This record gives sequence, C-alpha cells and structure tokens, in this order.
Amino acid sequence: MSVDEATVRHVAKLARIAVSDAEVQKLAPELSNILGWVEQLGEVNVDGVAPMTAVIPNTLRLRDDVVTEPDRRDDILANAPVAEHGFFAVPKVIE
Amino acid sequence: MSDYRIQGATGEWEVVIGLEVHAQVTSNAKLFSGAATAFGAEPNTQVALVDAAFPGMLPVPNEECLRQAVRTGMALNAQINAWSRFDRKNYFYADLPQGYQISQLYHPIVGEGEIEVDLEGGATKTIGVERIHVEQDAGKLMHDQHPNYSYVDLNRTGVALMEIVSRPDMRSPEEAGAYVRKLRAILRYLGSCDGNMEQGSMRADVNVSVRKPGAEFGTRTETKNVNSVRFIMAVIEHEARRQVDLIEDGGTIVQETRLYDPDRNETRSLRSKEDAHDYRYFPDPDLLPVELSDAFLEECRASLPELPDAKRARYENELGLSAYNASVLTAEVETARWFEALLASPGKPDAQRASNWVTSELFGALNKVGKGIEDSPVTPAQGGELLGLIADGTLSGTLAKQVFEIMLETGEGPAAIVEARGLKQTSDIGAIEAVIAGVLANNPNQLEQYRGGKEALFGFFVGQTMKAMQGKANPAVVNELLKKALG
Amino acid sequence: MSGITDLGVAAIRDGVKAGTFSAREAAVAYIGAMEAGRPLNAFVVETPEHALAAADAADADRAAGNLKPLSGVPLGIKDLFCTAGVQTTAGSRMLEGYKPVYESTVSANLFAAGAGMLGKLNMDEFAMGSSNETSAFGNVLSPWRRNDGGNVALTPGGSSGGSASAVAARMAPGVTGTDTGGSIRQPAAFTGITGIKPTYGRCSRWGVVAFASSLDQAGPMARDVKDCAVMLEAMAGFDAKDSTSLNLPVPTWEAALSSDIRGKRVGIPKEYRIDGVPAEIDAVWEQGIAWLRDAGAEIVEVSLPHTKYALPTYYIIAPAEASSNLARYDGVRYGLRVQPEQGGLNDMYEATRAAGFGAEVKRRIMIGTYVLSAGFYDAYFNQAQKVRALIARDFDTAFEDVDLLLTPTAPSAAFGIGEKMADPIAMYLNDVFAVPASLAGLPAISVPAGLDGQGLPLGLQIIGRALDEQGVLNAALAFEERAGFNHRAEAWW
Repeated sequence: MSVDEATVRHVAKLARIAVSDAEVQKLAPELSNILGWVEQLGEVNVDGVAPMTAVIPNTLRLRDDVVTEPDRRDDILANAPVAEHGFFAVPKVIE
Repeated sequence: MSDYRIQGATGEWEVVIGLEVHAQVTSNAKLFSGAATAFGAEPNTQVALVDAAFPGMLPVPNEECLRQAVRTGMALNAQINAWSRFDRKNYFYADLPQGYQISQLYHPIVGEGEIEVDLEGGATKTIGVERIHVEQDAGKLMHDQHPNYSYVDLNRTGVALMEIVSRPDMRSPEEAGAYVRKLRAILRYLGSCDGNMEQGSMRADVNVSVRKPGAEFGTRTETKNVNSVRFIMAVIEHEARRQVDLIEDGGTIVQETRLYDPDRNETRSLRSKEDAHDYRYFPDPDLLPVELSDAFLEECRASLPELPDAKRARYENELGLSAYNASVLTAEVETARWFEALLASPGKPDAQRASNWVTSELFGALNKVGKGIEDSPVTPAQGGELLGLIADGTLSGTLAKQVFEIMLETGEGPAAIVEARGLKQTSDIGAIEAVIAGVLANNPNQLEQYRGGKEALFGFFVGQTMKAMQGKANPAVVNELLKKALG
Repeated sequence: MSGITDLGVAAIRDGVKAGTFSAREAAVAYIGAMEAGRPLNAFVVETPEHALAAADAADADRAAGNLKPLSGVPLGIKDLFCTAGVQTTAGSRMLEGYKPVYESTVSANLFAAGAGMLGKLNMDEFAMGSSNETSAFGNVLSPWRRNDGGNVALTPGGSSGGSASAVAARMAPGVTGTDTGGSIRQPAAFTGITGIKPTYGRCSRWGVVAFASSLDQAGPMARDVKDCAVMLEAMAGFDAKDSTSLNLPVPTWEAALSSDIRGKRVGIPKEYRIDGVPAEIDAVWEQGIAWLRDAGAEIVEVSLPHTKYALPTYYIIAPAEASSNLARYDGVRYGLRVQPEQGGLNDMYEATRAAGFGAEVKRRIMIGTYVLSAGFYDAYFNQAQKVRALIARDFDTAFEDVDLLLTPTAPSAAFGIGEKMADPIAMYLNDVFAVPASLAGLPAISVPAGLDGQGLPLGLQIIGRALDEQGVLNAALAFEERAGFNHRAEAWW
C-alpha cells in the first residue's frame, strides 16, 4: 500500500505529532516501504482462525471492590509540567 | 404508535430518537483502580497512579462493577454475555490521561434487552435496548478558573460507567422522557446507579433524526452529555425542528456531535469541519477476556430485588391498590420502600387505606415543603401508628389531619401527640347528646327550617356540634345522635 | 579489588556469604568499573549511592545472619524500569528528568532480595530498536571490536544495548533487560553474554514503561546460565497489579539446574535456514547441534511453516500496541511539555510529541496508528492477530514432537554503528529469529557459541515450551559447558 503525503499528514494528526514538510516527504516512502513489506500477511490463509486474544492461557482476575488508594495528590502532581491549586493546567480549551 | 409530528412546510415529519445513557456504577472503587469514587472530593485526591496513566501502569478490573452491569442487564431482560472483552478507544483529550478509554466495542457484557415505558393515559410502549457495556469515565475540565488555562481534575477518571444503548425506537420527547425516567427508576431499584443527573452520575447522549412517516431513517445527530429529563426532551424538540427546517431549506443533515446549551435552549455543533474521530478500537492487550462463571451469574440473578413493573403488578393484583396508586407508589424505589415499611409497621395497616393516605396526605405535605420521601419528617412507623389510631376510632379524619400537621412540625409520634393534647375523639353518647341538645336549643330558626323540610341544614347542625366539641366528637356517632334528636 | 569484577552474580552472592569479601568491596569494585567504562555510554545515570547502601545493608544482614537471595550483588537496571526517585527515561527525551514516585515490581523484587543498583542502563528509545542507536542519550558502544585492526565502533545490539554492554565490559555482574521482539537475546548474542526472555507473564510488567503490551517481558542478562537462573528467580512472580501476570509459583530454577539433557528431543526448524545469512552463522548452528547431540539430546528436523510471516506480523502488532501505549506522553501530567506560543491544547500535543519522540518511535507510532485506523483494521491488525495464532500453533505442533528448539539468535554478528540506519527494514531483519518466540510468548535464551572470523561473538537460541524455563536453562547449561566460551572483549576504552 502506497501512502501519499496527505495520508502521512492525516496519520500524524491522528497521532498528534507535528510533522514538517521535509519530514512528510521523508516519511511517505518510508512508511510505504514498511507497509508494503507487512502486506505479505495478506497471502496467509486464515480461514477459521480466531485472532489471538491471550498470549498464554490465563484467566482474568477480578478485584474486590475496596478502596486501596488514599489521597495522594502530591504524588499525582509531582511531575506535572504545570499544576495550580491542585489541578493540572493545560492551555485553555474552548468547547 | 406515537402521533408526535413536526409540522414542516412540506408536510409532517416523524422524529426518530435513540438514547445512549451513561450511568455511573455504584461502587466503592473505580473500574480499573482502587481509588475512591465518592462525589465532591477535592480535586485530584481520588486518583490512583493507574488513573493518571503514569508510565508502566496497568488496569485490574473491579468485580463489583461487572456485577452491577450484569444485574442491570438482567433487570432489562437482556442477554448476558458470559464472555466479553475490553477494547481501547483511542483519542486525545486532556481529561483522558491514557490517550485511550478502556471500553467494550466488539463484545459487550450485555446484549439485547428491553424496557417497558409508561405513557400518558395508561398506554405502554416497549423500547428496545441494544446493549450495555462497561467503560471508564473521563476526568473533568474546568475552563473558567483561569484566563489562559483549563484545569484538569482526574477524580472522575476511571470511575465505572455502564453505557446503556437503546434501539432507535422512540418517536417523541414524551417517550424519551418516559424511557429515561423508567430506566433511572430501575437502576435505583437495583442499586447499580444512583441516577443523580445533576451530579452527573447519569447522563444521556441524544440521537435525533427526522423522516417523513414510512420513509427510511434520516441522518442523525448526537447531542452529548444531557443531564436532565427536561433537557433531553428540549433537545429533541429543538433538534428535530432544526433538522426539518434545514432539510426543507434545501440543506442536508451532517452526522455530527452537538452540545446542548440550556441557557439558550439550543444545540450547537461541537466538531468543526475537522475529520470525525477515528477511534482505532482494538482489544486491550493489558486485559484478558472477561469470563463470568455460572455461580457468578446465579448470584447476580438471586440478588435482584422486586423491580418496578413486578412490584406495581403485585400492588394492584395482590394488595388491591388502584392502578394510579400502584403506579405512584412504585415510581421511585424510596417510595416503595417507605410504603412497604408502613405496611409492615406494628399496626399492619390496611394496604388500600395506607396507599390513599400516602399518595394524598403524605405526598401533599411533602410537596408543600419541597421534600422527598427520603427526607420525610414522618417515619413509616409513625405513619402506621396514625393509621391505626384512625382505624380503631381514636381519631376522626379531621382530627387525624390535625395530628398529622403536628407530626410534621415536631417529628413526634401520633399517640404521644394525642395524649399530650387530648385530641382523642369522643364517642361518649351522653356528652354528645348534651351538646346536641344545646346546639338545637341555640338555633331555633334553623331547627324550624329543618323540621320544615330543609334537609340540607343537617350539615349545619353537624358542623355546630363538632365546633362545640372542638372537633373531637366521633362523626359517626354525632350523625346518629343528631338524626335521633332531629327526628 | 579488580578480581571481583571477574565474578558473576552467583559468585558474588556466594563470596559475600562466605565472607571472602564484603558486599561493600564488591560494590566499590563495580562502581569503579562503571566509571571507567563511561566511554561505552552504557549508563544514562549512575547511582553508586544506591549500590553502596544496599551493600552496607547486605553486610549488616550477613552479620545478623539473615542474608537474602541476592545480598551483596550490585546490578544494572535497564532504564525502562521505573525506579522510585531515580530518573527513568526509557531512552527518550520525552522522559528526560522524569523521576517516578513508584518502583517497578521487578526492580522492587530484586532490591527486596538484597541487590543494589549501580545505575540505569541506556537503551533504544522506548525499547524500539536493535542497535541502541535510537537513544536520546547517545549510542551505546559495544566493548567488542573487530580483529581487523580498525576501530569501527560496533553496536551492542538493542534495545537492551546498555545492559549488554555493561555485562560484557564487566561493569555489572548482571543486569535487567526487556525483550519484546528480541531485545534481550539479540544484544546478548552480539556481546557474547547470556540472556533469557521468560514465558510471557512470568515477570510483572507493572512499572515497566510499556512498548507492546502483549509482547514485553523483563528478563536477566548475565555472564552465564546459572547467573540468569539466579536473577530470574528473584525477578519473577505473580503480581496482582498486572492482569497478564501468571498466577503460578516461581520454580526453583537454580536448584534444579542440570546439564543432563539425555533423552531430550531438540528440534531444528528448517525455516530458520535463511538465504543471505552468513555461512558462519550456519556453521556455529551446526556446531551447536553437535554439542547438544554430545550432551545426549536427539536432534530432529521440524517445521514451523509460518516463520517467514513472523517479522511482518510483529511489525504490525507491536507498533499498533505502541501507538496506543505511547499516547499518554502528551505533556499534560509528566515528562516533556512544549507549549507553542498562542497555541492551544492540540498544538501542545503535537509540538511536545514531535520534540519528545525520536524518528524511529515516530515511525512506529505512525505505522501503528495506520494499521488500526478505519478501513485498515481488518486487513492489517486483525489479520496479523490471526497469523500470530498460526505462528503459536506451529510451535504447539512442533512441541508435540520435540522438547526444545535450537536456532541462531541473530542473522549476523554485531555491525558497525550507522551501518544499518538507512533502511528501517534492514534493521528490523535483525530480529528475524527472535520474534517468533516473542509472538508465541515462549521462553527463549541466547547463549554465546563462538566467535566469527572477525573475532565477534555469535550466539545461539534455545526455545522451550511455555512455562518450561527449566528445560531451556538446562539445555543452555549443557550447551555452555560444551561451548566453553570464555572470550572477553578486550578493553579498548
């Protein structure tokens, strides 16, 4: 599958990564190359095969409904680039 | 068939409505972390490392949240999927620390079910439920605390939500309102969600489209996070009207997300011309599929309480209550509980009389002071006592009302009030006869008129007698003795 | 005491226990080696105080008579493990300066067992790479040089490049690594050391910066099989905080180590003979077959028919999971934030992630985003998950016939820094032998087999059934005894 520059920009947008024009030009053939390579999977006959859901047979454990986390706001905010009055601060969003 | 229509220039339009209700699960801890879920805590004080999506954090599911979703499904007569799976819904927003929400797209925990809703005039309609799945709630953003920043509070991040998706079976604001009310009542009966729409523990995304009757479904819009029944109905009216006007003006409806502005009573588009979200759902690799055992499912079923419809039927059929009373008493779980506690109180009052008393006297009093039955100053036991005093003749209807007033004000029990204020009604024949004699003696004109044929004056003499006895005379006895005295 | 840096994990543990030297002496010796080895750039941050504190505690424990399983052993910890109060970067600018307030389960297990931390080891950014050339903190250099008299800098492999280099250069007796598509085994092979990726779920992933959740596994890298067994025992174990953790007791791998593999059937997968792989690789593979035969194993040819699809399968699934796992690096709650002036939230996301992630990470996020996106999910991701199931089934079928598999670890010896950066796929092909066992979640070890014509190490891989780390370790021990690999990189630094 060949990805064109428009697709590269679209994917970059979905992934929230700013890309310069130069990067887009470089990425388009790179990604096309990689996607072209992985596409060979299409030749595998997968009739009747279920997609793998668990790597090693295991059952999902369910937790008891108990509060185990105390108030640890200081820890939660400790690494914040910008925190104010107990909140994380981000550029203002208009909804 | 609903006959609700939007009148357009080209004719009548039918409205098609689907609702996605997000209901916060009542649980102590969050869906995938052990942080607390209580409403109203200081910002970011109920946040685990998992909720804040620090590097290397992993989700572990809370059994109670799954249990409540299953119980809810059972209450809606829905198919329960013992095998289900969590999927990641990927998008970026400041209230979504992981950059994805753990939800269930491909294999939800509950499949198809239905809700019977009650409409005006006693009609009912069955609204289909497509599915219920469990997912994480997002955090809260505040935009008005700072000129340049929005503030992020993650307390709500990771709280378990049930997303209850209806089929697009509703055709009017009334039906939608009835659906939400009924669903809310069921959730509160179950205890799986407190249904508190103001606090946001229950909210709806309202999907609306319009079509000419009999035509294909039109394109729908989705108005998100509507948090009251009144607003839901307003959104439907407004959005249906907007769509009809747009189509008739030659435009086309765009499938988009909208927000409701209650101050302006209008919806506006949330998404700009940008591409719609591509959520890139895929099974969450940090979690294995959910497998619920037979024992688990049996416990869920055994734990179901009597639900509103069943309770109402029992009240009508077994307790003999009127349809109206049965409906009113079962509309809210607190009311039904209060009523059943009343019936179980020591005096074991008669069910029909008790139901009349609750729906008229008690509700009347509570409405006047704007209180709900959970805040009733009168307890079921006290209500039962009062009904007992009426039944055994201690109190007449009038006296009972008086006593009730005092109960509401003071919170005292009726027997104590009667004792303290001597409000017993008397059936003392001698005393009543004496008073009657006095009344007749003091009202010779009326007596003559009555004896002359003006029978309506009987009520006058009853009134005078009761007044003279400060309302404490047993009305039945007064009637009997008066008849004798008047001849 | 430079002699101590010749000692491995078990030897140091035993030496401290026997009182031959103190834990502090061991720590000091290795700290010295670490400092002397700085030209290799194996460590992102050095934490000598941590190692010394643990050593002192070990010495005190010895005096009190309650030594722990790893008392006195100083280790290197790959910078993918969150270490409380100590910078954890995952090799990325995105997390430069980030100090977690929590400890990963695996490192906590090691410290609870008495081990100390020499420092955090450099690695490919977010574990994406096979040469440690994508780290934001510079390349790691292999202590090995070709014997051609030149001094071309060689890669130690990746992503656990710093880990491998540290052990091979004797800067640490043992280290932790992680393996998603070969990131323990391939660097072990490139640097002539031993490294094992256990069964998926053996070691907890809690606190390990996630790359690809269904593939990531922590494991030890050390100088020999016994050391790996010792370390793995301390690292592994059920963790209730990780839903994919195996709820099974940790076997006593060290105690049950035995090189007696008589009667074991060892499969040689024919699809692992690939055109274009140097003849020396085949030669060392044949050599390995001979050694195992000599150890009493029966050698059988087997077929794993879907082998050639393993790499493309991996390069759909791993980037897809990574694109989602790395979405949390958005500048809001920790790590780098780049806020363009006049920009809003989206601008902050885009600028932060553009500045914080390197080229390979961006490439993989984009691939992952693409293969999950609307219209492509079925053709790519879902298809890959089905092929993955077939690859796992191939192994199941083979293991009905044999107990173990023997393959080369890597398709070449270590290459020069910069030699394979032009074409991403050329780099991906490094993991052609390692990736299948990752997709199937099976335990797999790389053991040094010999040197190639240029004096560089070559390794062989032994793969076992799920949960049969013991079988893998035992066969590896039998192999090690016969390989007699005692080559060391000569210090050029």
